[in-house]
Amino acid sequence: MLGKTANGLFWMYRYLERAENTSRLVETGQRIALTRMGASDSEWRSVLQTAGVCDGFDMYHDAVTKEAAIDWMLRSRDNPSSVLSSLTGARQNARLVRTALTHEVWEAVNAAYMDATTLLARRVSERDLPEVMGQIRQRAALVRGATHGTMLRNDIYDFARIGTFLERADNTARILDVKYYVLLPSVTAVGSSIDNVQWETILRSVSAHGGFRMVYDNNFDPKDIARFLILDQRMPRSLRFCVRKIRDNLGYLVSGYGDRPPSWRMADHIERAFLSYDIDAIFSYGLHEFIRKQLTLLSDLGHQVEIDYRFYE
Amino acid sequence: MGQDNTFDEMWGREDGLRAPYRSYSAWLEGEDPKRLRAKQREAERLFRLTGITFNVYGRSEAEERLIPFDIVPRIISGQEWQKLRRGIEQRVRAINAFLHDIYHEQEIVKAGRIPQEMISRNAAFLPHMIGVRPPGGIYTHIVGIDLVRTDDDQFYVLEDNARTPSGVSYMLENRETMLQMFPELFSQNRVQPVQNYPAHLRQSLAACAPAGSAERPTVAVLTPGIFNSAYFEHAFLADQMGVELVEGHDLAIVDGHVAMRTTMGYRRIDVLYRRVDDDFLDPLNFNPESQLGVPGIMDVYRAGRITIANAPGTGIADDKAIYSYMPEIVEFYTGERALLENVPTWRCAEPDALAYVLDNLEDLVVKEVHGSGGYGMLIGPTATKKDLAAFRRKLKARPSNYIAQPTLSLSTVPIFNRAGLTPRHVDLRPFVLMSPGGIRITPGGLTRVALKKGSLVVNSSQGGGTKDTWVLED
Repeated sequence: MLGKTANGLFWMYRYLERAENTSRLVETGQRIALTRMGASDSEWRSVLQTAGVCDGFDMYHDAVTKEAAIDWMLRSRDNPSSVLSSLTGARQNARLVRTALTHEVWEAVNAAYMDATTLLARRVSERDLPEVMGQIRQRAALVRGATHGTMLRNDIYDFARIGTFLERADNTARILDVKYYVLLPSVTAVGSSIDNVQWETILRSVSAHGGFRMVYDNNFDPKDIARFLILDQRMPRSLRFCVRKIRDNLGYLVSGYGDRPPSWRMADHIERAFLSYDIDAIFSYGLHEFIRKQLTLLSDLGHQVEIDYRFYE
Repeated sequence: MGQDNTFDEMWGREDGLRAPYRSYSAWLEGEDPKRLRAKQREAERLFRLTGITFNVYGRSEAEERLIPFDIVPRIISGQEWQKLRRGIEQRVRAINAFLHDIYHEQEIVKAGRIPQEMISRNAAFLPHMIGVRPPGGIYTHIVGIDLVRTDDDQFYVLEDNARTPSGVSYMLENRETMLQMFPELFSQNRVQPVQNYPAHLRQSLAACAPAGSAERPTVAVLTPGIFNSAYFEHAFLADQMGVELVEGHDLAIVDGHVAMRTTMGYRRIDVLYRRVDDDFLDPLNFNPESQLGVPGIMDVYRAGRITIANAPGTGIADDKAIYSYMPEIVEFYTGERALLENVPTWRCAEPDALAYVLDNLEDLVVKEVHGSGGYGMLIGPTATKKDLAAFRRKLKARPSNYIAQPTLSLSTVPIFNRAGLTPRHVDLRPFVLMSPGGIRITPGGLTRVALKKGSLVVNSSQGGGTKDTWVLED
């Protein structure tokens, strides 16, 4: 496979994952705005922060309003992580690696992009938001379904998966990084309704709301939330889960190519360290510091993959 | 149904339904126009979804357009095709022999059949190719011969495409679309298949691999990149052949071979089907500004270590000034009269011809010698006085830059639009593959149709569309 193709696959699936993550954040924000008494536009600042798009937003806006925040995250071409920008990026990369994709996957990506350009051609009114978000989610699911159902399990698939899980791990870690203080043990804040909103934001932002309830009933405890998102092996968006997937897929490349490059050793190292982590140790190490360290490790790993598999010249 | 005295391929002149269309016409009569209109829209949706689009030069990167597809097939009888096939094969053999001669002994010039300056002063002549023998002796691996029809048994070659003819992906996708929309038509009519083209292309390219290649040579398609107008076709062909689609920056010269950067390091390429023009192929040997090619690839080529398809320098064979000599060229190399006729052509470089052209400009089509895509062309009968005057000046200033031809009454085939069936002018580009193993011509080819009433310009860049082309088993 061409290094360029590996690069294109990696980014195509990163962008797809990003489009989903961003749209999930919009839905979370909207849900909280509608269901929480006393929720205000300041919640939207928190959503923008979670999406990591606050700075860009501030460059183009004087104040945070719900409409502006939603528009920025869904449609703005000036926001490289907006749903529309992400799907455009995914499709651009898909064109680049079209020979590596099955017909089904290409058509699903192309259709997702074409639908998004239609759905997001104009500002989305509040009334249409659920419908539009539903369609985008469904389109993204079709791409994922076509990928699972039709792609060979070879290096093409591995690079797609590595991109997916690096983006996902990055997303989960970033949400924790922005919101870590909400999860810190604090006598005054525990049990207050503010924290409950924040916790719910965190869980919904990574589609972990239902999963969390299944495991922990309805007892929202910050430590459990942190454990669930960092260490849980069943939760498909936890750091540990993502890291293991990355290590596995790099491992398949190792067996396919017969060569064990530095990126595999890095991933193996990161993954193995999770065996020794427990949530109390993480809190005493410092939740914020821990998350920062994971973000750095993931970013270094991404760079090493680029080098090992010759993404660029 | 024909307009004035035009030959319509479905209805003839006045003599009623022609035989190849009989079965189709019977089917059509039983169809509800509403259903057909829905099918026409369905076709457009299929094309968009598959991404069969072309990028429009000079527009924003996001602009991708569909080439309009018409659901009425263009139908050619097996017998008609047999005749065309022989003529095309003869012509392609002659072109290849001509290229070999031009870059070696130049016998045809010595014999006085073509003036020396037609070669030596021709911008398409590539001195780097002098004395080079391409692997397998093949210059033109892929050729598209543009044909037009004016009567029941009268075809002309309008132009030869010996560089990198495009459009074959439309031929294939048009058929796929028809199969999906009208399966019943293909049970009722025995249409010769075209779907083997990618497999044949790969075999044909592999058969031209340089000596010392692996038993299963590595083939790759070289594209200028995602913003090229034909990028879809490049990706499509690479995909269908199961080979890599590379850009210049994926390639390097490694140990004297052209190699592509893979996830496992550099891997040698034996055959490069390039969709990049000669000028951009090698910044060391040609245009130094080129980002699209591979520095030093010409040296590897001259050392016989890679096959470039088509060979560099083939443009000399499809140049419009050389075109006018094709009947002589065919005769010189095959010893036979050309089976396919050229359109009568005045070379404006010759004073008598120029005088004639200037006197009869309003009846003629004038083309630039190196032009393509329907640009820089004058169609006398439909031109304004202003256009004519402007062209007169251009002709006098640089006569050798132009050729002129009579305005042919191109045949029509009906298209399906709001008014129902309406005749529109068409041309035909059959695709030819050449290797040491022989010549293969896909039955049919790409039919381009001028969608505007009365228009003779079929180029997609100027409002042309396409049709599925059927060659029937007789």
